[in-house]
Amino acid sequence: MKKTPNQKAWFMVLPVLLLVAFSAIIPLMTVVNYSVQDTFGNNEFFWVGLEWFEEILHSERIHDALGRQALFTLIILSIEIPLGIFVALHMPKKNGLWSSLCLVLVALPLLIPWNVVGTIWQIFGRIDIGLLGYTLDKMGFDYNYTQDSFAAWATIIIMDVWHWTSLVVLLSYAGLKSIPDAYYQAAKIDQASRWSIFRYIELPKMKGVLLIAVLLRFMDSFMIYTEPFVVTGGGPGNATTFLSIDLVKMAIGQFDLGPAAAFSLIYFLVILLISWVFYTIMVHSDKEAG
Amino acid sequence: MKFNKSALVMILYILFLMLPIYWLINMSLKTNQEILSTFSLWPNQLTLDNYMVIFTDPSWYGGYINSITYVIMNTVISLSVALPAAYAFSRYTFMGDKHLFFWLLTNRMAPPAVFALPFFQLYSSVGLFDTHIAVALAHTLFNVPLAVWILEGFMRGVPKEIDETAYIDGYGFFTFFRKIFMPLIASGIGVAAFFCFMFSWVELLLSRTLTSVDAKSIAATMTRTASASGLDWGVLAAAGVLTIIPGALVIYFVRNHIAKGFALGRV
Amino acid sequence: MAKITLHNLAHSYNNDDNYALKSMNHVWEDGAAYALLGPSGCGKTTLLNIISGLLTPSSGEILFNDQNVTTKDTATRNIAQVFQFPVVYDTMTVRQNLAFPLKNRNLDANYIKTRINDIASMIEVEDILDKKAQGLTADIKQKISLGRGLVREDVNAILFDEPLTVIDPHMKWQLRTQLKALHKKLGHTMIYVTHDQTEALTFADKVVVMLEGEVVQIGTPTELFEKPAHTFVGYFIGSPGMNILPASINGDKAHINGHEITLAAGYEKHSGNMEIGIRPEFAQLSNNPSDLPITIKRIENVGHYQIIRAAHDTLDIDIIASESAEVSEDMQYVHFDKNRINIYADDWLVTP
Repeated sequence: MKKTPNQKAWFMVLPVLLLVAFSAIIPLMTVVNYSVQDTFGNNEFFWVGLEWFEEILHSERIHDALGRQALFTLIILSIEIPLGIFVALHMPKKNGLWSSLCLVLVALPLLIPWNVVGTIWQIFGRIDIGLLGYTLDKMGFDYNYTQDSFAAWATIIIMDVWHWTSLVVLLSYAGLKSIPDAYYQAAKIDQASRWSIFRYIELPKMKGVLLIAVLLRFMDSFMIYTEPFVVTGGGPGNATTFLSIDLVKMAIGQFDLGPAAAFSLIYFLVILLISWVFYTIMVHSDKEAG
Repeated sequence: MKFNKSALVMILYILFLMLPIYWLINMSLKTNQEILSTFSLWPNQLTLDNYMVIFTDPSWYGGYINSITYVIMNTVISLSVALPAAYAFSRYTFMGDKHLFFWLLTNRMAPPAVFALPFFQLYSSVGLFDTHIAVALAHTLFNVPLAVWILEGFMRGVPKEIDETAYIDGYGFFTFFRKIFMPLIASGIGVAAFFCFMFSWVELLLSRTLTSVDAKSIAATMTRTASASGLDWGVLAAAGVLTIIPGALVIYFVRNHIAKGFALGRV
Repeated sequence: MAKITLHNLAHSYNNDDNYALKSMNHVWEDGAAYALLGPSGCGKTTLLNIISGLLTPSSGEILFNDQNVTTKDTATRNIAQVFQFPVVYDTMTVRQNLAFPLKNRNLDANYIKTRINDIASMIEVEDILDKKAQGLTADIKQKISLGRGLVREDVNAILFDEPLTVIDPHMKWQLRTQLKALHKKLGHTMIYVTHDQTEALTFADKVVVMLEGEVVQIGTPTELFEKPAHTFVGYFIGSPGMNILPASINGDKAHINGHEITLAAGYEKHSGNMEIGIRPEFAQLSNNPSDLPITIKRIENVGHYQIIRAAHDTLDIDIIASESAEVSEDMQYVHFDKNRINIYADDWLVTP
């Protein structure tokens, strides 16, 4: 659609601008302010320049957390995206009771408060009272997510898959629903294999929504806090201490305002940067195809 | 054959989704004694005591009321500022529009953990700490960009000729917007409201940081009770089950729009 | 290539009495070009999908060369189909699109190559063969769909489901002419669904007119024009359509509101609602008081002829006159060419 130039449109954007300025810019200024100062308490601050940034960038603790974070995000993306597409391909296509039921049940985990998701898996995985933990324990697996870091990782990954695959399913499903029947009929007539149908009809049509899915899942998994906080509290040791957990520990637990603020800014920039790279690559490859 | 295979996949996936939830419900209907002493797939002594605790203790049910209050406030605020902005982005070009739009979206990418402490200080300094409005405002950080984005997508699908015809017919902007335009993008408003509700309802970190007593959210109540009173699994499970219900109701009402809604008007 | 036989074929989508397609028997001759013409919702797409095997009929049989294929799938039937809007594989090049049906059948690479070049020159896309299909205009995409339909030489039939709907008018003519030429050259059995009479009449050897799930007439364009078997055909084909006037029939005389009209032959008595049908082309203004009196409402000049919109009492009558014909004040009557008058009983044509 061709848009009309209209500078007065600024007035329509103004409420959003004021609100976001209040809830984003002011706090961000505070963060920036902290990130270049140090304090001995009593609200006395003095300028330290980029010292905190240097400290954070060279901090092993942060490097480890970033490594864990990247690994976690990579693992859940590589499970949730293919699994989500796979399930979406099997969603009932005809409207009816069965398809409504599937939609409601599939969407359910998305509307459970994140701490409750944590609670659910905290209980489910316990070896004394949880179905999963109890079963695994009885089968002879050495499974205890409070002591064994592998078990803790497995639990948190399965939890995230449980929690978020449905988002990918619903997005892909929306993409699939927009494909006219004629494409499938033409493919039948052309004797296309199931794989060809997926590769040449379904995947290209899902591309747009999959881009959204990957971006959302990347951003949200990179910011994950609540669920591992409830289930493992970042442990055992620091095994599941992801970036957000570490940051909250630093800022609210230890009240190390300076380093925490520098950490925050770097954290935010990393997410922005990776999202931007993702976005550009996918849009670019789209253009090249066109 | 094909249908059966699809049904099998769906059944397995749904089973995977429902099993942990079933377990939570199972726990919520048991006494603590039974939970800790025996392992059973269903409650042997069915009890509603855990639910009774929640419905009679103000610190529990107050949590639900607080959560629902700020979620609704947030949805209303987010939508009412996002609507005109989305309209402007979908219809006009103006200085810096693209940058502004992108900058708005970057706020959706900001980790709440980054903002937790500054929010705490900001709202404390203006005397809004431990109020519903504080949480509602804090959640606009990620809900407003999302609402603008979703609404812009739906509005772009409405031909501009409709606006022009309405102006020729003598409608003022506000009458046009309310009487003609809003009904046209009703499903978009519904979808945006759904997402605002969802993200505000499920968030813990900010709501926990910004409240202490008067406006304490149910999520915060759950995490604190869990650590303070040790292991009252039954009540915790019951509280969890009760937090699933509003979400389930919301999904049930929008079930026919889910597919379109999740495409965010962009397919 | 094949002869296609429909035997007591009928279809209802919900398996109830609500038939989208009422029982029909029909043979589609091998190598002929048919058009399936009718208004939206008359069941023509349903019929097409049954022939192509995308739908299984609720009753009856369909035979390809006397072999029953009712329950066989699309691939076994070996037919090609072109849809209402272009179906192309966006991520493939034009060449890959055209090769796709052949590759899936594991044909020899050299054969595929020459075949693609043949088809590409037929549909005139040689210069864009290595472009991605995405981003091409709708009519080029539709040409590619057409090409994919034509690329297999051994198909039993090629089916077209309103393939020119999305194409610009000037391209329509070009594509239609091309299609006709291709049919002449390749000799496939072709079935072409459309709701546009011009398309049907210019493309087909035989036109099948459908109404409400029923075939009302099968005939050459001339037959449809001169002897419509049903008032609907008369009205649907021709521009403007046939004049249908209620009348009482008595031997070789017809009476409209007491005015006598002479017929070419005598008719037996029929029960039911009697009407006469006369094409505007065979009606003529006259000043002879023994003809049917009319009042002229308006005259439309449409280039090389004029349409006179007239009425007898409350009955509208259209008349086509040549461009040069003068309409004078005393032209208060209409004369019907008696050899061109058709008689209908309850909408169906009756013969003398």
